[in-house]
Amino acid sequence: MQLNINGAMQQVDVEPDTPLLWVLRDTLGMTGTKYGCGLAQCGACTVLVDGVATRTCVTPVEAVEGSEITTIEAIGNDPVGRKVVEAWVDNQVPQCGYCQSGQVMAATSLLKETPNPTEEDIAAAMTNLCRCGTYNAISAAVRQAAEA
Amino acid sequence: MKHSVEAARPLNLSRRGFLAGTGALVLSVSVPMGSARVQAQQATPAAAGTRIEAFLEILPDSTVKFRSAFVEGGQGIYTAMAQIVGEELDVEPANFHVETAPPGPDYLLIGGQMRFTGGSMSVRTSYDAMRKLGASARAMLLEAAAAELSVPVSELTTEPGKVVHAASGRSLAYGDLAEAASALPVPETVELKAREDFRYIGKPEKRVDVLAKSTGKAQYAIDLKVDGMLYAAVQHAGRLGQKPVSLTNEAEVAAMPGVHSLHKLKGAVAVVADSWWRARRAVETLEVEWAEAGEGTPFVMPADYSTAAHMEKLKTTEGEGLAFESEGDAAAALASATRKVSAVYDAPPLVHGQLEPPSALARWNGDGTLELWLPNQAPEMFQADAAKIAGVTPDKVIIHSPMLGGFFGRHFLYAAASPYPQAIALSKAVGKPVKVLWSREEEFLRDAQRPMGVARFEAALDDAGQPVALSAVTVGEGPIGRWFGRQPDKVDSSTVEGIAGKPYAIANRRVGNILVEDPMVIGFWRSVGHSMNDFFYETFFDEMADAGEQDPFELRMKLLEASPRHNTLLQAVGDLSGGWKRGPFEAEDGSRRARGVAMASPFGSEVATIAEVSLEDGEVVVHDVWVAIDPGSIVNPAIIESQVNSAVALGLSSALLEGVTYVDGMPEARNYDLYPILSPERMPKVHVTIVESGAPMGGIGEPGLPGVPPAVVNAVAALTGTRIRSLPLSKHDLTAKG
Ligand code: FES
Ligand code: FES
Repeated sequence: MQLNINGAMQQVDVEPDTPLLWVLRDTLGMTGTKYGCGLAQCGACTVLVDGVATRTCVTPVEAVEGSEITTIEAIGNDPVGRKVVEAWVDNQVPQCGYCQSGQVMAATSLLKETPNPTEEDIAAAMTNLCRCGTYNAISAAVRQAAEA
Repeated sequence: MKHSVEAARPLNLSRRGFLAGTGALVLSVSVPMGSARVQAQQATPAAAGTRIEAFLEILPDSTVKFRSAFVEGGQGIYTAMAQIVGEELDVEPANFHVETAPPGPDYLLIGGQMRFTGGSMSVRTSYDAMRKLGASARAMLLEAAAAELSVPVSELTTEPGKVVHAASGRSLAYGDLAEAASALPVPETVELKAREDFRYIGKPEKRVDVLAKSTGKAQYAIDLKVDGMLYAAVQHAGRLGQKPVSLTNEAEVAAMPGVHSLHKLKGAVAVVADSWWRARRAVETLEVEWAEAGEGTPFVMPADYSTAAHMEKLKTTEGEGLAFESEGDAAAALASATRKVSAVYDAPPLVHGQLEPPSALARWNGDGTLELWLPNQAPEMFQADAAKIAGVTPDKVIIHSPMLGGFFGRHFLYAAASPYPQAIALSKAVGKPVKVLWSREEEFLRDAQRPMGVARFEAALDDAGQPVALSAVTVGEGPIGRWFGRQPDKVDSSTVEGIAGKPYAIANRRVGNILVEDPMVIGFWRSVGHSMNDFFYETFFDEMADAGEQDPFELRMKLLEASPRHNTLLQAVGDLSGGWKRGPFEAEDGSRRARGVAMASPFGSEVATIAEVSLEDGEVVVHDVWVAIDPGSIVNPAIIESQVNSAVALGLSSALLEGVTYVDGMPEARNYDLYPILSPERMPKVHVTIVESGAPMGGIGEPGLPGVPPAVVNAVAALTGTRIRSLPLSKHDLTAKG
């Protein structure tokens, strides 16, 4: 199977219903995308599929053949992604950091789609869980990235 | 986590000093850990926290590699270490590369005999030693520069990363001096900086790991990979103690794609495969016949266990228990009182729910050593246990302690709660390195949980409505007694902390515990006993206030009159919230709201908390939480604010939503779908003020939590007139109460 990941074509030999998460992490060694629940509950596994935030733990790899997949590893190649990371650093968002790849991807997806989000837009898009409770810092960072 | 008073004794550095006569204690520019030279020095063991080379390496570019005795898991300890050492060494915190130190006597900084990351202990137990370490290294760099420049040391000063000779305008980078400095003796005495000269300590320094954590580059145990490694997934016995007997569809599963081998383990079956997903799919396809635990097996989960029945047992266990704290004569005062209040409170077991599921990577090396990469809060304890399991001596076990994807007490040594014994067995069996990862479902099955708890209170009021006697009995078991040895005639402090040790002037008090053993594997959970006991006490406090027709804030003030530290703190949180008002009142958005207050004295710090709530469709909404925290003195106010936010989130999550339920010996929830945790839309605004009273330094990671559940529940009582005595709030129907 051919996957377009971060602008490069990757050949992978896996069962077609393997979740994209495990193809990224184990087959391709891209471990920036995290496993938290495997049930689309937490969002730690979020990447962009054709620009849209997608929970990869429940996304069969066959469903994204032919799509453009962007992971946290390529966040610096995206101008919106760079703004988001900058805002994350300015607001000192991460604590343990484990959920933050997913949070950054969710924020990037939001701001690509909606450059000037309302509070409601932010609440609707930023639903990933953070056990460390960085939620207030996350919303501050999203607002800053939107204004940047 | 807390531990015995003995171990909590502060470090006596003046007594310890640096060992003289060991000669070549060096800044380790070239001496790797474990070299002959280092081992030779270990023959005359230096006191923990004094051997510079065990901690510091100055690199040629003048940045510093630092081995932290404490594990980073979100609490910001790497940054705090960089600030403390950097302050005295004169290196900017941003120029530190911090990692967790391997096991070894150098890192036993807690009372000079223990190491773990927990109990909000890290900074307060190592602060003096780490400052001294940094100052000693700086003195050696100054000496080396003096020789190099042929000037007296007294003419030299430092600027971050370099030694400066102002008179001649010359300077030398630390990186260029490190080698010469490493040949010098460690000074016997060093002067520490005056507080008013601090550049980094006490300042909101940026965290050293934030960029890596914002770009997916931070590596956790789950991310690690070594050459030739295979992946393993497990299916645990439903109930602890059960054993796998046979695999009925073994051939079918062995033929599944990528499968390397199938294994029966202690209380589990495992599949080793070429990817974790294939291993997981195979192990979950496996049909296993389980046998019940044999006679005498420790930690057996009974087949008829339910949390509801165990809770009932705690509630119906009568008696006064063993006393932990007694003052005056509570029994007599209660017997003669005319105005009395009593209530029974309870809280459920909780899972840690840290977002990174546990994993362990094991590799047997050609030289007979066993190398382990695993999430842990206590490297030496895991090393000793791994050695026992592997049948080797502890020095043959190499422990790596990667960054933790959250911990909150999850990664101490508990029975059957960590995958490393499985990784050791599997890598031995297949002759290759193996990484075992538990699915979230397996994690919820084997987490060491915050025990459930019950507390019974009775209080007597005088004619003025002031409490004059209070008797409290907790019923249940605590994690200190379970894992650190129980003394039959002594109360495990983790069952009463937060009910005992309260600062209020109530003349007659008795706090006791009735031990009822819990069939669950119980563990330390952020704030340990305080996580529920302060809820019990501080909400009962409001019941006393209501019964005596006193305002709960004013009554606290009155009972704290003799304690300026608490008085100041309560005033501070009142001011932070714009002045105490209980309500109910109408907020700007038209909603009806009320506020509750609570105080707590956890882990050496003092905390006062106010919460503001409303009801929406019968559900409690928490709008704002104000926290005044007094940790005595501080290292990084920005990290304190983050940690308080984090503790508020977890405390609120427990108050609103969380509770483990078991039926027939099995947990009903195996993932976040049936065990909801705080989501972003429920996060309140958090306002923090730090009070530095100058008292001995207290903890930061946990203290923000205990005040949250009682402040919220007290606010709910003020709003609805309903007293909730059992958590979480989500199980109570408050519709039509708002
Ligand atoms: S791991 Fe995919 S949503 Fe949790
Ligand atoms: S930063 Fe730890 S889970 Fe979000």
